[in-house]
Amino acid sequence: MNAAGWHTFVVGLLAAGVARGTPILFATLGELITERAGVLNLGVEGMMLVGAMTGYGVADATGSAWLGLLAAMGAAAALSLVHAIAVVVLRADQVVSGLAITFLGTGLSAVIGAPLVDSKAAAARLPSASIPALRGIPIVGPVLFDQNIVVILGFLVVPVVWYYLYRTRAGLHLRAIGEHPAAADSVGIGVVSQRIAYVAVGGVFAGMAGASLSLAVTPGWVEGMTAGQGWIAVGLVIFAGWDPVRAAIGAWLFGAIRRLPLDLQGVPDLPLFRNPNLGYFLNMLPYLFTIVVLIVGSRESFRRRLGAPAGLGLPFVRGRR
Amino acid sequence: MALPSDYPEPQQPAAVAMRSVCKRFPGVVANDDVDFDLREGEIHALLGENGAGKSTLMSILAGLYQPDSGSIRLHGELVRFRSPRDAIARGIGMVHQQFMLVSSLTVAENVALGMPEPRFLVARSRIEREVHALSERHGLHVDPSAFVWQLSVGEQQRVEILKALHRGARVLVLDEPTAVLSPQEVAAMFEALRALVDEGRSVVLISHKLDEVLRAADRLTVMRHGRIVASGMPARWTTREELARTMVGRPVLLDLQKKPASPGDAVLRTSHLAVRGDKGLLSVRDLDLEVRAGEIVGIAGVAGSGQRELSEALAGLRPVESGAVELGGRDATRWTTRERIDAGLGYVPEDRAVEGAVGALGIDENLALKAYRKPPLARGWQIDREKMTQIAKERIREFDIAAPGPSTAAGTLSGGNLQKVILARELSAGPKALVAAQPTRGLDIGATETVHKLLLGLRDKGVGVLLISEDLEEILSLSDRIVVMCQGRATGTLSAQDANPEAIGLMMGGAASEDA
Repeated sequence: MNAAGWHTFVVGLLAAGVARGTPILFATLGELITERAGVLNLGVEGMMLVGAMTGYGVADATGSAWLGLLAAMGAAAALSLVHAIAVVVLRADQVVSGLAITFLGTGLSAVIGAPLVDSKAAAARLPSASIPALRGIPIVGPVLFDQNIVVILGFLVVPVVWYYLYRTRAGLHLRAIGEHPAAADSVGIGVVSQRIAYVAVGGVFAGMAGASLSLAVTPGWVEGMTAGQGWIAVGLVIFAGWDPVRAAIGAWLFGAIRRLPLDLQGVPDLPLFRNPNLGYFLNMLPYLFTIVVLIVGSRESFRRRLGAPAGLGLPFVRGRR
Repeated sequence: MALPSDYPEPQQPAAVAMRSVCKRFPGVVANDDVDFDLREGEIHALLGENGAGKSTLMSILAGLYQPDSGSIRLHGELVRFRSPRDAIARGIGMVHQQFMLVSSLTVAENVALGMPEPRFLVARSRIEREVHALSERHGLHVDPSAFVWQLSVGEQQRVEILKALHRGARVLVLDEPTAVLSPQEVAAMFEALRALVDEGRSVVLISHKLDEVLRAADRLTVMRHGRIVASGMPARWTTREELARTMVGRPVLLDLQKKPASPGDAVLRTSHLAVRGDKGLLSVRDLDLEVRAGEIVGIAGVAGSGQRELSEALAGLRPVESGAVELGGRDATRWTTRERIDAGLGYVPEDRAVEGAVGALGIDENLALKAYRKPPLARGWQIDREKMTQIAKERIREFDIAAPGPSTAAGTLSGGNLQKVILARELSAGPKALVAAQPTRGLDIGATETVHKLLLGLRDKGVGVLLISEDLEEILSLSDRIVVMCQGRATGTLSAQDANPEAIGLMMGGAASEDA
């Protein structure tokens, strides 16, 4: 392959990687916010599926992809509130409730979404937002400025989340309720109400993640179309040490890894890549990574060192220590 | 005993007046018809044993609990606090025994936490300036830009006080503030508190340390079993002995009678011991320690100086990073916990409810936890339950354990009785060396007396005892030799005769003794 070929390959991989990483990015940021507030929500996969299905269905019915996106955010947030009530108010086990949310979301989206599968009628899609003045810049142009609008939104939301977490009063309170809820309570911060709110925020992000899949990145609805990306998001939060910027880099990296097997099929002159089984192994990588991160990350001492919120996974009861 | 009305009424106006406060928890009456008066410009000590209801009463004042009945007047006005937020808004600040600080945030961020200003954006530099000014004004020195996890316990306490002052606290409640401080830090804190009340604020000092409250407080209120037994008596009108009697309800022997020690060979020794803590950092460094038969060696130090890691490493519950542990002259560094037990090591862990006993098992089973493998309890591969019950009955009588029967679940026992069960188990194994970590923490005066007598009895029988305690008085009254730890290192060794709180306090802060 010549230089021009490599250039096309790399730019194509980066552009597609960033696009494919966007749903993971939203889901990861949402889970990160939820966990920063001290609540573990393993229902990301289920919430994403409900978001993807709702988004596509509403867009299909109304002809407006934007309405679809809104509906997706609302539906996933509603599902996350089930989790919030179970674990924050009723103090159920967070792992069990989260898994239940994933099962519930997977099942609900499959049943309700069944008529939408193979609906060939082109449902509305979210528009692309290429900026003509900038997309001509070599490499950077096509990767950053010739993308779907959700991808651009993803670029913008990362600094916003970072700024919110580290520079605002509300972000300070968010970190406090996740680290030491009793301390936050003792200075008059409403731990329960804020935790519920941030679980819902996580749901909104998961809904966006789902809708950006079904309305932009891989348009259409297929049962189980998230294919484990919700779990990758859960793993990425740990991998990123609960930091939004690292989470974003990780999400885009995963987008690229997911895209790699496809792109490599077009590179015939590398003997190693001719093995047809290689694609399967590359496809496996994100899941392998997620499993490793989740196993390693479940070690208490390791999590402390990574900077896990100290109150993560623990219910808060005033007066109990 | 003097009645509340026997004392002259103070002249200052009332800051807080709590009347007929009742608070019940499932199975306990924590506060039974309690009246409490706090004046402006005074330090008022609230005394009582663990479980007397002092913290509950103050938690009601701070809005953490709602009283079942009764009223609170603040500067004459009837108030009702539904949450800590209400109490803070009315100028009541509470410094809890377990600090309410977010360790991943800076000092300034912790102070700003929950404040209505700034409304949206947090400008770190501005808050840091404010906190700096506040800390200078009140003599509570602390670096506003430091993260809380970097601070010593004493500094964290100053942050807590600053937090309350920043919220405009007129009434400051401190729950057992001296439990974790060195004597010098205690003195500095009392000085700062005196300056605060001189400006017209009021301070409530919850404590069970008699000497300290007599030194620091203007007036004292004593609680026992949820009731007030002495109300607002001037500190200079009473003595340590009278206070102890009021607190416990019977005369208490405050000073232990101790025979001179006759130490023998070393039974427990460490050389250059290094142990890692939970975060992977070295918590014990280069520690040389020797406990001989028939002596009590006390380990003093502020909380978190490596005492827990040391006791766990000695018991075989935590791996040794480098250096050696010797038991009875043999290298035991790599021994398992069971091998150490068989070699005659007894262990009274710091957390008696979690590590010391199995709450769901009966007293008899807990007593058998170390002895079940050998006769007479072991019968082939079975356990002789009748024998177990019989032994348990003997121990219950011998150690005066208050329990309905030998099969009572250990988790339902009070702290003092549970500790007696654990000591009964460790002592009947016939140890050569005993590691006792915080053996009287949270126990009432009566149970503390019993534990102290048991430890001294053990010493007189020729057992080497390593006593790890944050209670300096306990260390001073029991130990034959005292080793002071600071940040995992031994900063000094003192004989009982040479030891005094000031010298130990300096070493707790890191100053090495001349002969170390």
